[in-house]
Amino acid sequence: MMLFKPVLLWTDMLLWLLLAGVAFYVWRVRQREHLLQPWRRLLRSRSGVASAVVLLAFVAVGVLDSLHFRLPLEKQGNGAETHYSPEVLSVFDLTVGPLRKQVEKTYSSPFAAQLYTKETIELPGGKQVRDYPRLKFGGAHLREPARELAGDVAVTALQGSVYAFVLCGGLTVVLAIWLGRRRGISPGAAWTMVLQGRDEIPWRTLLATIGLLVLFVCLATAFSAKYHIFGTDKVGQDVFYLALKSIRTGLMIGTLTTLVMLPFALLLGIMAGYFRGWVDDVIQYAYTTLSSIPGVLLIAAAVLILQVYMDSNQELFDTVAARADIRLLFLCVILGITSWTGLCRLLRGETLKIREMEFIQAATAFGVGHFRIIARHILPNVMHIVLISIVLDFSALVLAEAVLSYVGVGVDPAMQSWGNMINGARLEMAREPMVWWSLLAAFVFMFVLVLSANLFSDRVRDAFDPRVR
Amino acid sequence: MINYIIRRILYAIPILIGVNLLTFALFFVVNTPDNMARIHLGVKHVTPEAIAKWKHERGYDKPLMWNSAAQGAKQASDTIFFEKSVAMFAFDFGRSDEGRDIAHDIKTRMWPSLAIALPVFMVGLAVNITFAMLMAFFRATYIDLSGVVLCVAMMSISGLFYIIGGQFLVSKLLHLTPISGFDAGSNALKFIILPVVIGVVGGIGSGARWYRTIFLEEASRDYVRTARAKGLSELSVLFGHVLKNAMIPILTGAVVVIPLLFMGSLISESFFGIPGLGSYTIDAINAQDFAIVRAMVFLGSVLYIVGLILTDISYTLVDPRIRLE
Amino acid sequence: MSGPLLVVENLKVRLDAGKTQVRAVDGVSFSIDPHETFALLGESGCGKSMTALSLMRLLPEAGRIEAGRVLLDGQDLLGLPEIAMRSVRGKRIAMIFQEPMTSLNPVMTIGRQIAETLHRHTGLRGEAAQARVLELLDAVGIPDARARYHDYPFQFSGGMKQRVMIAIALACEPDLLIADEPTTALDVTIQAQVLELLRRLQRERGMAVMLISHDLGVVAEMAQRVAVMYAGEIVEMAGREEFFANPQHPYTRKLFASLPGAARRGQQLEIIRGSVPPLDREFSGCRFASRCDFAWQKCSDEIPAWSEVAPGHGVRCHLAVTPASTQGVSQQDSEGLVGAALAAIAATDRGQGRSYTRDSLLEVSDLKVYFPIHKGLFKRVAGHVRAVDGVSLAIHSGRTLALVGESGCGKTTVGKSILQLIRPTAGSVRFAGDELTRLKGAELGARRADFQIVFQDPYSSLDPRMRVADIIEEGMVALGAAASPGDRQNSMDSLLQQVGLSPDSKFRYPHEFSGGQRQRIAIARALAVKPQLIVCDEPTSALDVSVQAQILNLLKGLQNELGLAYLFITHNLAVVEYFAHEVAVMYLGRIVERGTVEEVMQAPRHPYTRALLSAVPVVDAAAHREIIRLAGDLPSPANPPSGCHFHPRCPQAMAACRLSYPAAIDFSATHNTSCYLYMEK
Repeated sequence: MMLFKPVLLWTDMLLWLLLAGVAFYVWRVRQREHLLQPWRRLLRSRSGVASAVVLLAFVAVGVLDSLHFRLPLEKQGNGAETHYSPEVLSVFDLTVGPLRKQVEKTYSSPFAAQLYTKETIELPGGKQVRDYPRLKFGGAHLREPARELAGDVAVTALQGSVYAFVLCGGLTVVLAIWLGRRRGISPGAAWTMVLQGRDEIPWRTLLATIGLLVLFVCLATAFSAKYHIFGTDKVGQDVFYLALKSIRTGLMIGTLTTLVMLPFALLLGIMAGYFRGWVDDVIQYAYTTLSSIPGVLLIAAAVLILQVYMDSNQELFDTVAARADIRLLFLCVILGITSWTGLCRLLRGETLKIREMEFIQAATAFGVGHFRIIARHILPNVMHIVLISIVLDFSALVLAEAVLSYVGVGVDPAMQSWGNMINGARLEMAREPMVWWSLLAAFVFMFVLVLSANLFSDRVRDAFDPRVR
Repeated sequence: MINYIIRRILYAIPILIGVNLLTFALFFVVNTPDNMARIHLGVKHVTPEAIAKWKHERGYDKPLMWNSAAQGAKQASDTIFFEKSVAMFAFDFGRSDEGRDIAHDIKTRMWPSLAIALPVFMVGLAVNITFAMLMAFFRATYIDLSGVVLCVAMMSISGLFYIIGGQFLVSKLLHLTPISGFDAGSNALKFIILPVVIGVVGGIGSGARWYRTIFLEEASRDYVRTARAKGLSELSVLFGHVLKNAMIPILTGAVVVIPLLFMGSLISESFFGIPGLGSYTIDAINAQDFAIVRAMVFLGSVLYIVGLILTDISYTLVDPRIRLE
Repeated sequence: MSGPLLVVENLKVRLDAGKTQVRAVDGVSFSIDPHETFALLGESGCGKSMTALSLMRLLPEAGRIEAGRVLLDGQDLLGLPEIAMRSVRGKRIAMIFQEPMTSLNPVMTIGRQIAETLHRHTGLRGEAAQARVLELLDAVGIPDARARYHDYPFQFSGGMKQRVMIAIALACEPDLLIADEPTTALDVTIQAQVLELLRRLQRERGMAVMLISHDLGVVAEMAQRVAVMYAGEIVEMAGREEFFANPQHPYTRKLFASLPGAARRGQQLEIIRGSVPPLDREFSGCRFASRCDFAWQKCSDEIPAWSEVAPGHGVRCHLAVTPASTQGVSQQDSEGLVGAALAAIAATDRGQGRSYTRDSLLEVSDLKVYFPIHKGLFKRVAGHVRAVDGVSLAIHSGRTLALVGESGCGKTTVGKSILQLIRPTAGSVRFAGDELTRLKGAELGARRADFQIVFQDPYSSLDPRMRVADIIEEGMVALGAAASPGDRQNSMDSLLQQVGLSPDSKFRYPHEFSGGQRQRIAIARALAVKPQLIVCDEPTSALDVSVQAQILNLLKGLQNELGLAYLFITHNLAVVEYFAHEVAVMYLGRIVERGTVEEVMQAPRHPYTRALLSAVPVVDAAAHREIIRLAGDLPSPANPPSGCHFHPRCPQAMAACRLSYPAAIDFSATHNTSCYLYMEK
């Protein structure tokens, strides 16, 4: 029998495909000086490296969360076929182990040791009182939470900070040695160079960002073993865990949508601009028609249809995860269909410009065929536009997910996403006192991701837009 | 000019047919009228007679695209697609699956929508332009830099946060305005203020930043250098020369959405309980009322195309170089 | 008022370029007297425009004035507060720019743009301002000023826009007019009009003019005193006569020697080797040392001081203060070397001349290229732009035919339609007996190796995303010019050497090369498929004079070596005189005169050819010429004038000219023209 049964969801597959594509691109770029140059420019800007580090951290969580499998169930007698749990887990779930399993009864506020609502508690003597019951996991090690909580939090924070400090120190040493080797100077000299900010790459910003990140991770690890740092939700799940799990959903929406629409936009946009005439007319008709339908309505309609289809064909999906995954993929596809028109129009315009350039005419004068001209001359010269628009679209798509989930046409309600968190918490808004932590956690995570994506895209545009230079 | 508009309207016809075909395909090919009936009547214990009755009442008892049972031209015309589409082109939206008159709903509900969307649009435009002008005037100083940082931060915040946060702060803590609701006449004012303010604030980030880029691009052009060489002050350069040229992309970008203002905003209307077309659409989506969604899709497309035509016309008004041919 | 109007002392301007600082202007001093025309001459990037902009304190945002003084009537402009400076701009110093197309606000009527200056500095408004604007428009020669007051810039041609710019500049009667390359973007006949206007206005109004130009001819015609800039410094300054008769600095002399013209036919042009040094560092010696034929040790060790060689004639060169003997020797040396090389080239040129046969390589007859104009409700074709309207020409192997004309006359379209890059509407193009207009697909592709093209803009003609090797290889692969990859590499290496580049440059990208080097790569790309004919579409007009000389030398050498035929499309008549064997002059889609270069250049028959030739500014101050002024602009090829297309602008137009297009009249076996003036003969 196997220790686990790997599960390859559709979106996982596409994500790996995307990563393979990125790897191929990196390999290509490393060989070509002119492709490398804009990336170098990007690396030299402070907000560029800082946002890149944060984005990479998000991507790491997302990728870990995309390695899915099912654990086997207890064996029922010898020789029987191994059955696997219907619950699909990911590597990420294992790494954050306690977060997933420490489920309380219902709401509890951040760092609380007691539930948020009063319940009737049976005392050992058989007497019943209405009080806030203790949590099963949050602050369970404390005897008298009211008195010990503040002190324990301070101690844990100190522990976490010490870990973080040690880790950062080690990291700096490694950097100094590596940089010294690379630049051919002693590690000490490299360190002073970093400290004084004399190298072309802003190491100080880079280190500070990584330091903050490490500190956050260490604190979160130290705390989440004992507390729910963002509280728990209605069914007692740890909100911090939900927010972390939502990262994958956000990233998927932001990237797979582009992956889905890119081939259409590239092919049609370049064809329309290059061949002009009736090809252009047909393609223009297609994208004007699509873009004239209000995007949200088209998405809503499409998702509704899917919903109806899935409701009537429930037997096609063996797990809840698979079902939610199909809905996510479909959402990406439909978002892609509504958003390719913008890029297509841009590419058409740029191709119209490029095809009049003299190097294209020179190629025509050699009798080079249309396909080769497109592949060798036009495609490489529009790639910067593609890259810029991919990065620009990313943050808009992450934000759109929340709105769509609110409207009810976003990801599957069973899937963790910031939109679903906000949507769920919104219903508790009227409650006195208010349950605010789910909302806050979702907004903070979204804000950090979108802000770094926006800063990054700004720098990408500066580095790649030929007009800026 | 007249020729041009006529041609654009003629162009619009195939596009609208395309829109109709697309929505039709989306709604009926995957999802048969039988499915729809079952959903509306409740999935369990539905008699075939009830389904047939439901379909007949709503005109869904015909073939989808091609009626092979009919004769001649009726083969194409006596179908769901033809009947529903032709009615659409005549702006006859028919009845919703719940039996309500859609056209009447639209007529009564577009005014509340407009009451929110129009002020948001106008005030937003003015505020964004003002902020962008300020940043352009102080370009390459710390004022400009902090403005840009603020804009990027503001556009990174989810729109839902503005609404929830605004409701919490203004209504719940400060009790300045009601949290949600709507009223007729001048009483509506107190319900309108909050959504409008939130709509404007939520749009500043991306709007002001975009306009700033346009201003800066214009400010680097040769004619600006000429204006400075005349001895004009920086303010008269900015207002007399840059603004007028920058208004070409700004106005034409804004004109497209004017007709769509009727459609209202999906999110803020439903958050603030405003009985406009936006919340109408959301309710229809949640109730899976296809007739309404289809009507709104068609209406949205028509308004978008009207917006495109208006854009072209507005070009000729602000840019003397452009003559529509 | 005595003494100079403007004194510039030790002006230094820095430009921020990312991590480095470019010393765009590095210690420039000069003065301008009232009523004087002072010319600042230099090649692109030498800092002349930056100098002008810093006088107005209008530097781009990356630039800043680091040191120096700019005294206008004794008042230091650099010390003025911005508010006071604004009353100087437009009132005391006015400026016109190179690009009239972009220098006017596109959405403001020209009347308002002129009135704005008046309002700012004189407070004139309403009727009075309008009357003054009309006066100004009259003065700069805009016909029907009252009707055009409310027109927008796009309704004016380039030359007319420059006139409007001049009107704006003149509005407040400035003491000094700075003209930054005022005619560079204009055609030669329009240039003559604008220069004439500037001269007249200066005479009438007695203002000082600071003219910035790269064109020796323009400077010779306009300036009273000339200063030459090189790499951020003034290297030579003198009165006009002295300057043109007795240039001292080696750089100035090289500039003169690299000018093409009839006198240098059959010789190689002098070139300046190397390129301008980067300006982001401190110099310890002469900036020109690395490119100078006369440089010796001292030149790289010591910065040359400014020295007066004659009253009013200064030079920044060590040669000026050292005995002339050194100078003489080295000059003789170099002349000896160059002389020998030239003799060799002249010999091969004659050799080519003998082997030239009567069979033409390319024969074009009655070529027409029309572009449809769509109009009306259904965009029906309502008319045609007749870009090329019945052109016939022939080119022989090893010969150069120059196709001359102003912008918009259709000369580039002729070149492209010969290569079938644009399919002709009618007519025939026979190449070595094959009718190209009838060939299609693979058949045409197979013939493409025989005729190639070199474009005007060396920046857009090479794909920025490809290495030089890939660029050159593309044609070889497509046309199967070399069998194996190894062969291709070998022939690529020898090609690069042939055009004067090192073989290892093939691994680099176009952006790493200068304009001249890029043009060499473009020539290598064309040569890679061993063509017999190369269409050169203004190959040197985007380049500086000294680089132009390099490219012309290269093209000439290749012709002698490989027996190439060139169709040389240009507007530069000096290049034609130097380079071409035969000339065809185009006007509005038709050839109006053709003949050998001697026939057309020395005895032009068509009034348009004559006007064109007379409009070219000449360096030789002694040569007195009468400019034949052409009225108005080139008409639209969509709606050409009836009869002879030239008649509305022709000074010798007759009644017959309006009625029908004149037939060609032969003067010799090679020389003919289409003009009624010669009908009776």
